[in-house]
Amino acid sequence: MALADKDRIFTNVYGYQSWHLKDAQARGAWDNTKDILAKGREAIIEEMKASGLRGRGGAGFPTGLKWSFMPKEPPKDHNGNPKPSFLVINADESEPGSCKDREIIRHDPHILLEGALVAGFAMGARAAYIYIRGEYIREAETLFAARDEAYAAGLLGKNACSSGYDFDVFVHRGAGAYICGEETAMIESLEGKKGQPRLKPPFPAGAGLYGCPTTVNNVESIAVAPTIMRRGAAWFSSFGRENNKGVKLFQISGHVNKPCVVEEEMGIPFSELIEKHCGGIRGGKDNLLAVIPGGSSVPLVPAEQIWDAPMDFDGLRALGSGLGTAAVIVMDKSTDIVRAIARLSHFYKHESCGQCTPCREGTGWMWRVMERLRTGDAAVEEIDMLFQVTKQVEGHTICALGDAAAWPIQGLIRHFRPELERRIAEAGNVAEAAE
Amino acid sequence: MPKVTVDGVELEVPAGATVLQACELAGKEIPRFCYHERLSIAGNCRMCLVEVKPGPPKPQASCALPAGEGQEIRTDSEMVKKAREGVMEFLLINHPLDCPICDQGGECDLQDQSVAYGRGGSRYHEHKRAVTEKNMGPLIKTTMTRCIHCTRCVRFSEEIAGVDEIGAFYRGETMQISTYLEQAAKHEMSANVIDLCPVGALTSRPYAFEARPWELKKTLGIDVSDAIGANIRIDSRGREVLRVLPRVNDDVNEEWISDKARYMVDGLVKRRLDKPYLRRDGKLVAATWNEAFEAIATLKPGKSIAAVAGDMLDCETMFAAKKLVGALGSDLLEGRQTGMDYDTSSLAAVNFNSTLSGIETADAILIVGSNVRVEAPLVNVRLRKAVKRGAKVFLIGPKWETTFGGEFLGDDLSVLGNLPAHVSEALKGATRPAIIVGGAGLGRGGLEASLALASEFKLVRDLEDGTKWNGFNVLHMAASRMGGLMLGYAQKGGIADLVAAKPKVLLSLGADEVDYTRFADSMIVYIGHHGDKGAHAADVILPASAYTEKAGTYVNTEGRVQWADKAVFAPGDAREDWTILRALADAFGVSVGFDSFEELRAAMISEVPALGIEGLADYGSDLPAGGGSAAGQIAYPVKDFYMTNPIARASATMQQCSAELLHGEEIAEAAE
Repeated sequence: MALADKDRIFTNVYGYQSWHLKDAQARGAWDNTKDILAKGREAIIEEMKASGLRGRGGAGFPTGLKWSFMPKEPPKDHNGNPKPSFLVINADESEPGSCKDREIIRHDPHILLEGALVAGFAMGARAAYIYIRGEYIREAETLFAARDEAYAAGLLGKNACSSGYDFDVFVHRGAGAYICGEETAMIESLEGKKGQPRLKPPFPAGAGLYGCPTTVNNVESIAVAPTIMRRGAAWFSSFGRENNKGVKLFQISGHVNKPCVVEEEMGIPFSELIEKHCGGIRGGKDNLLAVIPGGSSVPLVPAEQIWDAPMDFDGLRALGSGLGTAAVIVMDKSTDIVRAIARLSHFYKHESCGQCTPCREGTGWMWRVMERLRTGDAAVEEIDMLFQVTKQVEGHTICALGDAAAWPIQGLIRHFRPELERRIAEAGNVAEAAE
Repeated sequence: MPKVTVDGVELEVPAGATVLQACELAGKEIPRFCYHERLSIAGNCRMCLVEVKPGPPKPQASCALPAGEGQEIRTDSEMVKKAREGVMEFLLINHPLDCPICDQGGECDLQDQSVAYGRGGSRYHEHKRAVTEKNMGPLIKTTMTRCIHCTRCVRFSEEIAGVDEIGAFYRGETMQISTYLEQAAKHEMSANVIDLCPVGALTSRPYAFEARPWELKKTLGIDVSDAIGANIRIDSRGREVLRVLPRVNDDVNEEWISDKARYMVDGLVKRRLDKPYLRRDGKLVAATWNEAFEAIATLKPGKSIAAVAGDMLDCETMFAAKKLVGALGSDLLEGRQTGMDYDTSSLAAVNFNSTLSGIETADAILIVGSNVRVEAPLVNVRLRKAVKRGAKVFLIGPKWETTFGGEFLGDDLSVLGNLPAHVSEALKGATRPAIIVGGAGLGRGGLEASLALASEFKLVRDLEDGTKWNGFNVLHMAASRMGGLMLGYAQKGGIADLVAAKPKVLLSLGADEVDYTRFADSMIVYIGHHGDKGAHAADVILPASAYTEKAGTYVNTEGRVQWADKAVFAPGDAREDWTILRALADAFGVSVGFDSFEELRAAMISEVPALGIEGLADYGSDLPAGGGSAAGQIAYPVKDFYMTNPIARASATMQQCSAELLHGEEIAEAAE
């Protein structure tokens, strides 16, 4: 049972139609946004909570709950003036495998902008900052243009949508650092500083951008909000399983016949996702080796476990992995799985901000050992040592990049240890290791 | 006051304390590298991880986590031990094993903590990272391969010094600490990053490869390079002072000292006066002590004798000289060498009344004629803190580069009588208003006009919390000034009175800033330690001791009495100043009433009891009314921060700093 066309939120995700305001409005965007705002802050947040939407940026934190953390009364600065609140929209989509925000921004930017207004209003924000990945050049151009259209039509800015609420949207281009996708690093970057995650507490909802209450949300979480408000929480929560409600953009890449971005119901079995939308695994089901189901930072899942698994937060967690951003990376048996994970290790080594010790030093160490494991130039004991090192990084860092660097390797060792040992044996290092 | 449990022991901690502080209160040692009490919390070294319940099932950085009611903290669990070992291992994988040639060895946090918390061996078999050395100027030696990226130095320069000199480049394992474009660190306090650096990445360049910490004798001293009286530790080996480090004293210098205080000590072995000299036929020739004493005594000056005190003198020397001059029937004493003649009848009027730590709490500050940054770098740090808390600062005098903003109102003293309306309002509206009068603001009616403002803005007041606030401050530049004033080293007309008296003998106690041409008819007896201006003008030179070579009492600009110990012996025939003056008394055939240092000190204390009590002397809080008008262009007296006293002028390090940092000379290659 696949998602029906009438239930799709992202109706122009393939760009078959124009992204411009007029066409977006024809598809339903910006339709009576004023009425949504008229429901009031509390009602919007309650509706979002009832919808069961969990954040689409990877961590899966309930979106409505996150919004409710924003202070009802703005805190005062030391001169007694109220501080503004801000919404920061995370469009720094840098996770290898993820490409959903890009499709939203370049083909349907207006639903994001409308979402920004709805979400910003719900949390009492003065403005939204959309932090767009530096490499997304055309996408940024589209977003700038769409924002200008919305301003010109009176949908944003002073008295946005004639609601009486003043709301600005700023688009800020990043400079291509993966770590700036971490919410507090993004805030630092927005402030013009080096993108390094902040310590929490204080959480952004208390002191975020310029020390003001801030909520950072993923593009998709924001973009679905207007539709949820229009069609109701009940409609949205009718999809998916308990605690994993709604619809979601899946991005399937790798060794499938037709890689694609597709909007589907949460909890769709992996097999259905692949067979229905991607034309199956390259070389057939039996050729599947492993899947990274949620973007590069989640552990891989071997073929036999993933095939019937429901693609949602809890379903994949049960397999020791995670839904992440639902960036499904499919690898068939032609893949050099060790090399693939070693490449990911290199990515995390390259993108570590260098602020805290375990990640700064550990990512480089892990990558170097992975490179040796790739060629078998290692001792068998080093596999265990590597696993311990990943455990020494995981959970010891300021932000989640340390975890993200550790998990792919843990997944590899957990599921493909025989392969690692085979390479060591073939390289003839067994005797050497015994010395 | 939340209640927490640390390793099973329940205790109450102050509100706002962190978990790390809670653990320390419970007597648990928490290893750390990036955390420092006086810097912002970075939380990046991850060494202070502890287990905290309730919370996520992973170790938490205790330095950044607020202690909360009912927390159960464990510092001794398996998880914590593992976490520490893990972080330690990560810190060491790219740290070179060059402890034997590292100057930090023996006082290295990384060394100590790896012994205490690390695992026995290494499992790292990859190549280690190497980082090129960075130029940070003549004071800071860098070995950046040793850097563990704690960012203490970055935070110090940003937060305490207020200059963005040091920062981190690149990211991940290629992150490097450097100055911008590898320019030299130019701030007056820059070398404090050496103390802050927990490893051997930033070490002292002048002290490089000189000694190991365990070879050094540590003596508690007081800095004399400015009037702040920074508490220092003098590290010496044999007869040589090798380095000076700050001691912690929250009331005075927190735990910083200026670069001059730290590095002028190599001047203690250069240009020293190590035997008596007599001027014969216009030339100074070496003599014996007896010859020198005879030459002075045969002059039989009677009461035609005067004494000028230098800037770095201890109170004992000044008191001994006072006794000697007094025994001969004279009271011609002066310490203000450059001719200042401000009224000293009320010491409260020439004192830093708000205290150094108190100025941090001021909310509106008017600075009159002081380039605080070079005249008292430690006060500049306090001013920066005050501004961070919201204080408004206005300055009268030529513009200088402040590290805290502030508004310059003009460079003529006449601004004092004609303050802009918004400045008056700010001072009027302040709860803790303050005025700081610097050396350039004291003369030409500046002090009196400032005192008039003090009464206008009610700088002396009772605060709501019941404490007394006195915001009138004079910022002196000489370590001996307040002590000298307490001992009566001030004539009504300043040094001009001495000139007018035409004394037969002028005792110059390390006074190197006096215009001696005005004393052409006097026999100038220079009792000092360096062959500087005073010695050049002298007819007799009696070699004395520098501040590291004698015990002494010092009074800083806020009237704080502090004692210093003797670290090393003076070179050659040089003697402690008081013994020279005692011997001179014999030569003159008079009695000064003491035969030992203890007797001298007892006599001094019985005459000026405040000098016997360590701490702030009480000058009362009644300020003279002041009044009159001030006028005249302000010119700051310090032209060269690194060359303000004879020791610094003799110091090769200070000369290099002056040349490279202030006068822009080509940077000398370190390798040459």
